[in-house]
Amino acid sequence: MTREQGRSFTLGAMTADARTALERAGFSRRDFLKGTGALVVGFSVLGRLEIAGVPGKAAAQPLDVPLNQVDSWVAIGADESITGYTGKCEFGQGFRTVQYQLIADELYVPLERVNLIVCDTGVTPDQGTTSGSQSHPTEFGPNGLRQALATARERLFLMASDQLGVPVDQLSVSDGIIFVTADPSQQVSYGQLLGGQQFNLMVDSQAVPKDPSQYTVLGTSVPRYEIPAKMTGTFTYVQQVRVPGMKHGKVVRPPVVGATVIDLDVHSVENLPGNPQVVRVNDFVGVVADSEWEALQAAMALQVTWSEGVTLPAQSDFYSYLRQQPSRDAYTVLNDDVDEKFAEAASIVGPLTYLTPYQLHGSVGTSCAVADVQGSGPNGTARIWSATQGVYPQRDSVAMVLGIPNENIEVIFFEGSGCYGINGADTVSFDAALMSQAVGAPVRVQLTRHDEMAWGENFGPPYSIDLRAGLNEQNDIIVWAYEGWTDTKGNRPNATTPGNIITGALAGFPTPPLVPGGGGPPNSYSNNGNSDSSYGAGCVRGTCGGTGTISSESILTHTIESPFFTGPLRSPGRLQNTFANESFIDEIAATVGEDPIRYRLRHLSDPRLIDVLNGAANAANWDTRPSPKPGNPPTGVVTGRSAACVLYEGDNGYSAMVVEVEVDQDTGQVTVTSVVACQDSGPVSNPDGLRNQIEGGTLQGISRALMEEVTWNDQQITSDNWIAYPVIRFGGRLPAFQSVLNNRLDQRQMGAGECMITIVAAAIANAIYDATGARVRQIPFTRQRVLDALAMRGRAAK
Amino acid sequence: MPITFSVNGVPQSADVDPSSFLLYFLTGQLELNGPKFGCGQLQCGACTVLVDGMPIRSCRRPMNTVQGREITTIEGLGTPENPHPIQTAFIEEQAGQCAYCISGPMLYGKVFIDNNPGATEDQIIQALNGLICRCYTHLRMVRALVRYAQGVRP
Repeated sequence: MTREQGRSFTLGAMTADARTALERAGFSRRDFLKGTGALVVGFSVLGRLEIAGVPGKAAAQPLDVPLNQVDSWVAIGADESITGYTGKCEFGQGFRTVQYQLIADELYVPLERVNLIVCDTGVTPDQGTTSGSQSHPTEFGPNGLRQALATARERLFLMASDQLGVPVDQLSVSDGIIFVTADPSQQVSYGQLLGGQQFNLMVDSQAVPKDPSQYTVLGTSVPRYEIPAKMTGTFTYVQQVRVPGMKHGKVVRPPVVGATVIDLDVHSVENLPGNPQVVRVNDFVGVVADSEWEALQAAMALQVTWSEGVTLPAQSDFYSYLRQQPSRDAYTVLNDDVDEKFAEAASIVGPLTYLTPYQLHGSVGTSCAVADVQGSGPNGTARIWSATQGVYPQRDSVAMVLGIPNENIEVIFFEGSGCYGINGADTVSFDAALMSQAVGAPVRVQLTRHDEMAWGENFGPPYSIDLRAGLNEQNDIIVWAYEGWTDTKGNRPNATTPGNIITGALAGFPTPPLVPGGGGPPNSYSNNGNSDSSYGAGCVRGTCGGTGTISSESILTHTIESPFFTGPLRSPGRLQNTFANESFIDEIAATVGEDPIRYRLRHLSDPRLIDVLNGAANAANWDTRPSPKPGNPPTGVVTGRSAACVLYEGDNGYSAMVVEVEVDQDTGQVTVTSVVACQDSGPVSNPDGLRNQIEGGTLQGISRALMEEVTWNDQQITSDNWIAYPVIRFGGRLPAFQSVLNNRLDQRQMGAGECMITIVAAAIANAIYDATGARVRQIPFTRQRVLDALAMRGRAAK
Repeated sequence: MPITFSVNGVPQSADVDPSSFLLYFLTGQLELNGPKFGCGQLQCGACTVLVDGMPIRSCRRPMNTVQGREITTIEGLGTPENPHPIQTAFIEEQAGQCAYCISGPMLYGKVFIDNNPGATEDQIIQALNGLICRCYTHLRMVRALVRYAQGVRP
């Protein structure tokens, strides 16, 4: 491959294709948005700012892309090309392809004619972050891409009606050509109607999107557009963005948590090859050199004198520590009659305690970004190539870090290694920006594995959850109490909080402290965090929003300040809460001698949740009986089966799962041998894509349930590589896998990416119990913990 | 003295620190995108390339050990327009999510199957032992390799 090919980005970045198409159609995106319609060529793979005419110099002007304008979302060229714009980025979950499908379907054009520009500040609409399984509900919702497309189509029909002289209801459309239904020879194309002009049209909330039953492209398994490039090594990840004059930076993080720079010996690197330059901003330290290898050597050689760190809370009793700090408290539900119901209950189960540790995103590729920062202050400019989940939030936070106005900053999204939440993508973007600003040249930074795992991420936070339930004489649950403790530090960075992530904090920006307090009864019901179980009625101020029947509940979460940075990790909080809730319902069912699925169904009210649970059970040929499985011997290898279900975030995807496990009672080894997963996320956009998410989410969930735990000593994170942070790898037995898709065309689109992983740990814990009669209540279910649970059999708390 | 070898059939002459690692030459000087940095510690396989037909982790392979060798990356197998059969199998199975890890499963799988055309699914999985895919596209990658194996069987 030549250097030219390496830089061409032709297959790697659809952005370049889309830009080329746009250019071909005679548009400048920027001028298009300004409404000038001027013909501009010169879209550069290096970014929009080139077109201002001065490479590396941004034109200071507002870069607002209003959500309520059709032109923010779609451009139709005189050559009939269709270009969509989206703030929902691609991380390997396949949503870019779904958006192609949506554009093709809603506008009745062939897929091949559609281009899509993804996540580029000043070019794509500001849709915040791509996170929380919100891409489907957002883009198919009232403020998303679909509504803009529907508005555009209705306008095109009105224009065609004018031009052809027949009413709209006598027109049809095919392949972007509107024609008179009775006489298809009378026709006009989208490109002809618009003549290269923009729509100049507000998104119409009354425009009627295509009914999902009429979809012809959505609902089919369109192959992912970028897979051929990824499989042949021609895809350009952010790790492979190369710009002229680019240098390489490596960070030098503190050796222990809380250490600050006392002294820094720049002479320690001055004789090394590659012209190393040392960058320091408060406690942020980095080294820039000509090549990545040279930067790495210089970073290792750099002598920094660090202060002592802080003493970390001991990991061995961290779950007790969690419960003993000042906390911010929040009730999801607090019914008046909880104490009364517990008093009148015929029996009580619990309290039982469920524990989940800090866990890592652990992207297989370490985080990387390229930044080209010129100057500082009002005339400074910056361009950042980043795998961030939110280009606009990053632009605004980088503005604060660099002291450069945000209108002079462009953040261009390039796909990185799968992130599953806030991995190091934002922090490494700060790293690159700080180093580039200091040396006045473009700088690429890719973290080392140690830096990624110990000093790159915002970890998924730990939870300790107590559950208690009261039952009546018929063994119906009449009261349910959840009390959980978790922690937080930082989060996604935004315009005012660059200190929410590690590099921002090292560079001197404060991390907003946790403010203890709160704890009053809620004003309305939201189960966004899935702290309320599926069996709660969720009654707040007389309105019940839950998916179950238990109408007396106390659901209280305490949050303390974390010693480590935390943030969203796939199914944030929901996985931890659902592990507890779905384990506990299973424990109650076993206590009263009921089949665990039947017992769940007794307490569910939401028909779609009932449907997915039955769907999984039926597909798995569920063996209806109480747990544990009768007849299994107390030693050797035994098998068991169980289930779990959830309505993710209380409103964003129904998931149920039946798993079968093998437990080696002599070694504690757990193997998941079979998975049947049933998902209802409304209309299925891409069945194969959804299956891919279900499969990947489930297997990742197995890894998190069985293996994954961040570890530390009194001063530092010790789980800083794949030996110290074990995960499921290739080589072990893979489960037989079946996905059942409940395709609900009459419902709205919901999320899917985080749904199935939410229930995996509970399903496995329940199946271990079914196989052995031993209950594991602490993630990960290591061999030792399983052996300990096996030794506890017969002595379990009731 | 420069180190000479070939990459994807093209002769190369590298005047570099002989103790530097192959991956940095491939991604830095040659600007290849197939092999990727994952851990730098031989733990994950994202940097896998073939040296004289055998899969190795390029992140720790010193340059002074590749003198005279033939190196192949996934770019050297095929192109999007003309993919190698193993790439076709991965494309047809949609065997990737982020696919950053892909060099490992594809190259370890290919070499094993080429040398063991009758390999079973379990044997293929064993051939990938230790590789990491954090999107957990394991089921599809194994299906792709089984599909490839079916194609190479005599």
